[in-house]
Amino acid sequence: MSATVVTVTSGKGGVGKTTATANLGTALAEIGQRVVCIDADIGLRNLDVVMGLENRIVYDLVDVIEGRCKLRQAMIKDKRLSDLYMIPAAQTRDKTAVSPEDMVRIADDLRPKHDWVLIDSPAGIERGFRNALAPADIVLIVTNPEVSAVRDADRIIGMTEAEEKDEPKLILNRVKPEMVRRGEMLRAEDVLDILAIELIGVVPEDESVLKASNQGVPVALNGRSKAGRAYRAIALRLMGDELPIEELEAEGGLFNRLTRMVKAGGQAA
Amino acid sequence: MSIPLTMKGIGDGLLVTVPEGTWSVVRPSLLQAIDERSNFFRGAYVALQMADRSLSAAELSRLRDELGEREIALTAILTTSEQTRVAGADLGLALEAPRSSLDQDSELDPIESDLEGDEAVLLHRTLRSGHTIRHPGHVIVIGDINPGAQVVAGGNVVVWGRVRGVVHAGAAGNTEAVVCALDLAPTQLRIAAQISISPERKGKPRPEMAMLKDGQFVAESWKHN
Repeated sequence: MSATVVTVTSGKGGVGKTTATANLGTALAEIGQRVVCIDADIGLRNLDVVMGLENRIVYDLVDVIEGRCKLRQAMIKDKRLSDLYMIPAAQTRDKTAVSPEDMVRIADDLRPKHDWVLIDSPAGIERGFRNALAPADIVLIVTNPEVSAVRDADRIIGMTEAEEKDEPKLILNRVKPEMVRRGEMLRAEDVLDILAIELIGVVPEDESVLKASNQGVPVALNGRSKAGRAYRAIALRLMGDELPIEELEAEGGLFNRLTRMVKAGGQAA
Repeated sequence: MSIPLTMKGIGDGLLVTVPEGTWSVVRPSLLQAIDERSNFFRGAYVALQMADRSLSAAELSRLRDELGEREIALTAILTTSEQTRVAGADLGLALEAPRSSLDQDSELDPIESDLEGDEAVLLHRTLRSGHTIRHPGHVIVIGDINPGAQVVAGGNVVVWGRVRGVVHAGAAGNTEAVVCALDLAPTQLRIAAQISISPERKGKPRPEMAMLKDGQFVAESWKHN
């Protein structure tokens, strides 16, 4: 068995990469997968906070790379799930402390004993992004239904293609179904029109996400959270399950289609 | 041990090079080599490269039948021998490789033309945000030009897809340059030194051609005329 390395990236900051990484890691571990999450955002680490593991950090990614500790020592075990680990980023250094080759080597060291290695990429298109991308088997692009986030996602997809990775998959995060229904927010269809890659999940805007991040308890553990349910569904799709994307169906429901047709017809006349 | 066979895929068939030597020796060894790969050849369309070998219509006809018994269709004979050409033509065989396959060995000459501005670059892909293409000639895109992508061409820009990014045709000052697309809604459109912003679209996208007329942008329906 060898782990699949998944890099979660976006280009734009603040779209939910870290939340997605923490939740997918949690959701995968919850269904019995052996998971390691790596925070590749050297200098601006966050993943430890979102996963609620900040107070357990002793060593970090740069310590491993520079030989101050063994890989095993930098792996922090999750509080709740026994097969979930997190490797924190260094807070005191910058992206140049790590090279793409370092990341490939660390991912390869982790492959034999795990099922999934999730890498939380920093925002941007520079060194940090290249580090995170280098070992990826699967690239997940997180974006929000807003023009600037989609623009950056498009740029990242282009750069992923240039690295000859497989076509990335898209997570559309922070969708507000109400706004979509009123025609005030980009629909998944509009986003896919531009990006033209496979959609692997739609995560609705959910206040419980913010609360969960602050408390360090990933929302995927919350059975009542819509966002948590969406992340669990994405985890299953990563496992090869062909679950329909519920949120998409809600958006493209018959009533909506009819409304849109009426609107379009009205414009044409 | 059979003879090695030199072959390559052409179009939807195979081009097999017939080895040199006396026909009475070559024919059985060719058939033997094919028999040893019978699963591979069964149902195939085959063209034979005969070089300057001279064969009579009878010899060629027999070979065709023998291949036919092996469920192989002989479709073409490539040869420089006049006799073999005539024999092949009599049997209704093609005398050149199927047109669908450009012979990979043959080299194409660089453009031979007296017309100006004929050179174009073809991009068969989607140009994503951050991609920039600059070319002194024409630019042809089969795919979309997404927002944030830029195409700068000395000549025309032709897009079989949607234009959402920035397109500049006639960038070296050619006011005759045009921009065509199936769906023309660029962030910004430039021809020569003129700059324009797409008007708000009404109704369905349709193929359009944008150009300058008396220094003003006009977009016409892009159709055969």
